[in-house]
Amino acid sequence: VIYREAGQFKTSYAADAAIFPIAQDRWFLALGALAAVLVPPLAASEYWLQAILIPFLVYALAALGLNILTGYAGLLSLGTGGFMAVGAYAAFKLTTAFPQLNILIVFALAGTVAAGVGLAFGIPSLRIKGFYLAVATLAAQFFLIWLFNKVPWFTNYASSGTITAPSRSVLGTMVTGPAAAPAARYLVALGVVALLALVAKNLVRGRVGRAWMAIRDRDIAAEIIGIRPLRTKLLAFGISSFYCGVAGAELVFLYLGSAETLAFDINLSFLVLFMVILGGLGSILGSFLGAAFIVLVPIFLTNAPHLVGLSLPVGLLKQIELMIFGALIIVFLIVEPHGLARLWHLAKEKLRLWPFPY
Amino acid sequence: MTAQKLFIAALTLALGAGPLALGASGQGRDIFIPLLVYRTGPYAPSGIPIANGFVDYFTLLNERDGGIGGVKVAWEECETQYDTKQGVECYERLKGKGALVVNPYSTGITYQLIPKAPVDRIPVFSMGYGMSASSDGRWFPWVFNFPTNYWSQASAVVRYMGQQEGGLDRLKGKKIAHIFHNSPYGKEANPTLEALAKQYAFELTLLAVDHPGQEQKATWLQVRRLNPDWIFMSGWGVMNQVAVREAAAIGYKMDRFIGNWWSANDADVIPAGDGARGYKGATFHAPGTAFKVHQDIAALVYDKGKGAGKKEAMGEALYNRGIVNAMFTAEAIRTAMARSGSKAPTGEQVRAGFENLSITDKRLEELGMKGFTHAVKVTCEDHEGSGPILIQQWDGKKWQVVSEWIAPMRDVVRPRIEAAAVEEGKKLGYTMRDCAKEK
Repeated sequence: VIYREAGQFKTSYAADAAIFPIAQDRWFLALGALAAVLVPPLAASEYWLQAILIPFLVYALAALGLNILTGYAGLLSLGTGGFMAVGAYAAFKLTTAFPQLNILIVFALAGTVAAGVGLAFGIPSLRIKGFYLAVATLAAQFFLIWLFNKVPWFTNYASSGTITAPSRSVLGTMVTGPAAAPAARYLVALGVVALLALVAKNLVRGRVGRAWMAIRDRDIAAEIIGIRPLRTKLLAFGISSFYCGVAGAELVFLYLGSAETLAFDINLSFLVLFMVILGGLGSILGSFLGAAFIVLVPIFLTNAPHLVGLSLPVGLLKQIELMIFGALIIVFLIVEPHGLARLWHLAKEKLRLWPFPY
Repeated sequence: MTAQKLFIAALTLALGAGPLALGASGQGRDIFIPLLVYRTGPYAPSGIPIANGFVDYFTLLNERDGGIGGVKVAWEECETQYDTKQGVECYERLKGKGALVVNPYSTGITYQLIPKAPVDRIPVFSMGYGMSASSDGRWFPWVFNFPTNYWSQASAVVRYMGQQEGGLDRLKGKKIAHIFHNSPYGKEANPTLEALAKQYAFELTLLAVDHPGQEQKATWLQVRRLNPDWIFMSGWGVMNQVAVREAAAIGYKMDRFIGNWWSANDADVIPAGDGARGYKGATFHAPGTAFKVHQDIAALVYDKGKGAGKKEAMGEALYNRGIVNAMFTAEAIRTAMARSGSKAPTGEQVRAGFENLSITDKRLEELGMKGFTHAVKVTCEDHEGSGPILIQQWDGKKWQVVSEWIAPMRDVVRPRIEAAAVEEGKKLGYTMRDCAKEK
């Protein structure tokens, strides 16, 4: 009853091609966006902002980047952590070299640097596919981390090899560094993610996205109908790395405050890959759902025994958490291989007919 | 379809309820201390004894003295797996419960918490780890790393090597290798070693081992080719066991292989069996259980079934480290109570407690720790104290102290700390405070 689209007529091509053709979706999204802007800064505790919402947004952005590459263009990558590290170190170098530069511009430039590195490592993708490409990107992951660990120039010769986000402000409000309020950092992360998600949504709906999907579904056929594989694949690598680079910069500047290369190790690449697979390959919404799942489930599993008044040793708890988490991923892939985004679509279909299904 | 529905329901519940389910224990009128521990993962061999030492000492305080100054100690553990991101989550979760001081137990996490400390008003006590530059209390009022730091340790170890060679000038032309965990922690000692290499004209080789350190064949091949006169190691977790085994396998002279104080635990040498005999390590407290505090813990904690670990594991090097750390923490809170006259000191007052901490030999005797560790005095300028270290040696069964207390080269280290503190402090936008104005 609530979710009926009967009576909503489209009178122009623009209306028909809108991202959200159904009015209820638009309302829902507008309300959701308004809530995301207003509620957490006013109501959420520091723990919520710092340990849940900011990491969620950062990971969602990284998942978005990987989803473009793996979900839409069908190129499996294990180099996400490496590309994120490029973004983080580029942002650090840029903002320490040019302190006056607006931090948002620094993020964009850091993403561009990551895109460049992504392009370079994307070149082999023309010749190799599938698992072999995964191995090639794995090499990128290890090489980049090794590089940042080895060359002290990247950390401005800090003896510890740690990069620390300096204090930077946007419009007079401190957004990075220790003195920045979590709410301000949250809003910056939210703004960046919202903007880039919108861009990504439009990219994948347009010519570029269709070319990626054509390559993903059958590259030879795509080539025959006139899609240039090299350009299309490299574009996917470049844009994906841009997203990952910005996410990496945010990871250090908005979330952690300071980081070493260990923060970008292979585990991060796997984590983001899990987000994309669990959320739904080839779905923008899926990137967000997957990130939420990966961020929230471990926290829930750690806290659940407290909730029911059970006090377990933390070591045991951690092991149980890892086991349940692993089991959950397997169960998930069996029950719903298309990810959380697919569940969402099913729910939407059901809601359209509710309460009179036929 | 039912399976799917159930699944969806469970999922929604999990995602929605997760963060709401924050436990509420530890609240109330107790003194609350968050413990960031790692009992799982590749660093568990090092993390478990420390955590047990901590918990056992706090239990002892509650059982024997009724807490600190009559107020019970409450604590909550949070598993970090030595991972920075998980450590930050833990810190954010536990700080809201009235944390008075935080012991990060990871240099990576310490770097995260140093900028947060003045904002949250929670002092960071990184005992013998963390950022060496934070030893300058004028720049880092909220961070403490006494009784001594990595740079002091490195200089004291070089002094010990000199003593063994028959004088520091005999180090000239000698080859010393530093095998380090390739992380902020492992790299920490490098600048001091480089400066000392210049000063004493020994040849320093830096060999990095990547996280987690299970694979070190390449490193030890280099050691074999180099054949250094001394090896100093800054390792942690599983890396230590592997290094000791590899050293034994290539037949390196074990008594010329010195681990820093995080690389000389019982669990590090036992896997190498007989091959580990002779391996040395630095420490700032004695190993073993020959102290009154251990008898108290055995009688009041373990015999009552309240022990955190196994009774036999008492006296392991890192277990004793946990005790020392808990003791310093408790004494700082006691000092804070005495200074403020409050039974419920704030983070601010505990910070002042740390800064005015003075643990004399007499106080150590009262605590049942005579000869267990060295007297410590913290001042506004000096949060490190450049305390002396001991060298302990593994005899195949247990650690034996084989040296006198060795003083670090304060004349070399302190100027470097002050210079580094300026640099690190400026990065964080700090200004130097005037200690003459502090009371």
